Amino acid sequence: MKIAAFPIQTVQDQFPILDRTVRGRRLAYLDNAATSQKPIRVLEKVDHFYRNYNANIHRGVHTLSQEATKEYDDARETVREFLNAGEARQCIFTKGCTEGINLVAQAYARPRLKAGDEILVSTMEHHSNIVPWQIVAEQTGATVRPIPITEDGEIDLDAYQAMLSERVKVVAIVHVSNSIGTINPVKSMVAMAHAVGAIAMVDGAQAGPHLPIDVQDVDADFYTLSCHKIYAPTGVGVLYGKTDLLQSMPPYHGGGDMIRTVSFSGTTYADIPSRFEAGTPNVAGVIGLGEALKFLMGLGRSRVFEYENKLARLAEVKLTELGGIRIVGNSKEKAGIVSFVMERAHPHDIGSVLDSYGVAIRAGHHCCMPLMERFNIPATARASFAVYNDEHDVDALVQGIRATKEIFG
Amino acid sequence: MNSELRDLYQDVILSHYRQPKNWGDLPDSNANAEGFNPLCGDRISVFLRVKDGVLEDIRVNGCGCAISCASASMMTEAVKGKSVEEAEVVFEQFHRLVIEGEAQEDDDSELSALAGVHEHPVRIKCATLAWHTLRAALRNEKQVSTE
Repeated sequence: MKIAAFPIQTVQDQFPILDRTVRGRRLAYLDNAATSQKPIRVLEKVDHFYRNYNANIHRGVHTLSQEATKEYDDARETVREFLNAGEARQCIFTKGCTEGINLVAQAYARPRLKAGDEILVSTMEHHSNIVPWQIVAEQTGATVRPIPITEDGEIDLDAYQAMLSERVKVVAIVHVSNSIGTINPVKSMVAMAHAVGAIAMVDGAQAGPHLPIDVQDVDADFYTLSCHKIYAPTGVGVLYGKTDLLQSMPPYHGGGDMIRTVSFSGTTYADIPSRFEAGTPNVAGVIGLGEALKFLMGLGRSRVFEYENKLARLAEVKLTELGGIRIVGNSKEKAGIVSFVMERAHPHDIGSVLDSYGVAIRAGHHCCMPLMERFNIPATARASFAVYNDEHDVDALVQGIRATKEIFG
Repeated sequence: MNSELRDLYQDVILSHYRQPKNWGDLPDSNANAEGFNPLCGDRISVFLRVKDGVLEDIRVNGCGCAISCASASMMTEAVKGKSVEEAEVVFEQFHRLVIEGEAQEDDDSELSALAGVHEHPVRIKCATLAWHTLRAALRNEKQVSTE
């Protein structure tokens, strides 16, 4: 299978890390669902900030602060475009996807939930979209109920429909599974949640790098991104929320930059998004994020999706041909993530053998222990694709798996 | 297989992985513990029958990677029939072997095959899981985690 029409060489040239070798071999980086590598333009953007206009943002009257503030605010506009949000102020910078979910759990859900209320999450959620809800459930007396999934790794929509009732106040679902790559039908799931009066939060940690996203079309009440998975520096996330919901929420953290006035007789809070951005934010990271999103949008996300998907499906075919390998998660709608188990080799052993071939994958439960339990496996090996991967990476993966089979029989 | 892999996956390790010794339950055990490696999700159980300060019998079960299974299997052979004090000494020697890569001079036991793990820091917890579980069982602690 020849993959055409994607400027792979031009893309690869923008990632300096790809020049290095690992254990004497060409690096085949297939751990993108954990974090992506960074293009040179993002590295340069961050470097340029620190060299030329490093300053704290907002309220600084000097030139450097004004320049930094402008770049920071421009990045928010870029995020708006990336998500197709109505307004930039609906996009709050956090330190990651996890913080976004905790923010909604504590600032939206906690004041509203009471005993008897229900929060629905799917069985394929990352721990970060389970634990914050368990915490708020413990605080309020609400319960967290898991939506079952099918053997193929798809959400059981009939079961979901049956679980929906007026008791359900929050539905929290992942857009793309980090473990098994399933693309969930979030638009219809959000509509189903709304039909019983619940709000819906979508965890977009893995959708961000792989899919075009339109929060208005999905009609999500909240949507989160993990930006280091989208070619941006670590330590930045985005929480999108509907304006009226965000405005109705109390602050999550108190501090500087989130207030209007402070006095000991009472403090008034700033409007969104500042209300949720207490303290000095990750200015360099946010500015880098803006550049990263421009890079990804410049490539065209539908084209990226198609390209990564072809590679991932090619990997599935080639791995399956080797025999003794089972792909975990066979959803009809799937992104560039391939999770698998081998009959005789544990994922950790697979990971060690692949590393000696220069192939970086992830082995483990991928922070999805309930999902592993559902499939009755302790762990999987996971290869996840990004814009700079190519057929050589698939070949290196297959070669490493062949070696694993030779060792473990 | 390249030399790095050969050091990690020596024949003796693969052989213990394929046919682990003292595997299963021990119905008349009087000490046991469960070990958990949250990094990879591996769980392992160790059952002991201790009489007059001697480890008369031992069984392990649980699933894991080749390193954790082989290490567990070799461990059972290394401590079976030993006194509790001797077992603690073997634990310490093994710990030094994988953490510091430091073998006993006169060590010609199969355990020395696990010295290669020292070169793979992320795998050290795989190798030590069964051992920490054994020590927990000897000390009457029911659960141990290699976090």
